[in-house]
Amino acid sequence: MLTRVTPEPLVTDEAVAAVGNPAAGAIGIFLGVVRDNNLGRRVNYLEYDAYPSMAEKVMAEIGREACGKFALEDVAILHRTGRLEIGEASLLVAVSTGHRAESFEAGHWIVNEVKKRVPVWKKEVWEDGEEWIEGPESLGVQAPASMR
Amino acid sequence: MITVLLFASVAEKAGTRRLELPDGTGTTVGDIRDQLVERYPALEPMLPNLLFAVDEEYVRTDAPVRAGQTVAVIPPVSGGC
Repeated sequence: MLTRVTPEPLVTDEAVAAVGNPAAGAIGIFLGVVRDNNLGRRVNYLEYDAYPSMAEKVMAEIGREACGKFALEDVAILHRTGRLEIGEASLLVAVSTGHRAESFEAGHWIVNEVKKRVPVWKKEVWEDGEEWIEGPESLGVQAPASMR
Repeated sequence: MITVLLFASVAEKAGTRRLELPDGTGTTVGDIRDQLVERYPALEPMLPNLLFAVDEEYVRTDAPVRAGQTVAVIPPVSGGC
């Protein structure tokens, strides 16, 4: 399993190599990339903050849980931090599986879990201002009262 | 001492990413939260959405905090795109 939070550009080939496995018949790759608009506003760039050591730990937990839920051979989860320009990749998830269906399902589940609980935050920077985005999918918003 | 880490919107509002608070007998995450709000009243409106971690594990606000531990204040996460 590969998990990493890094200011360096994410390299798809590295993740593919990391999850490569002779038993795999499929490798699923998901790239989250920076979009030039959100909720009708033009976005100039994004700035990502993270708690890197905890983020890598939570990514590893998600990876282990994914291995229990899906027939995964291996998994890689990488998130970039710092300033990202339009079109650059912020999140890279790669999974290797015996057959294709599981690669889509596992990839989808992992990306959703990353958005709920990995301590990474993005700030949108517009022409005329900026704002930290507080994810509607975050545990902190979905929030079981028992967590408080 | 207890180390407190702040991130993203919370760090910006407080104007710092890290501070040290004195530890005491029976200190909980909730106590740390209350001390933070006292020091940085601008954080008060954010409280309902904040989660906390002690030594990199999400915990409830009644969790104890001992000397030498690190408390992280976690605003709603927004990784990915």
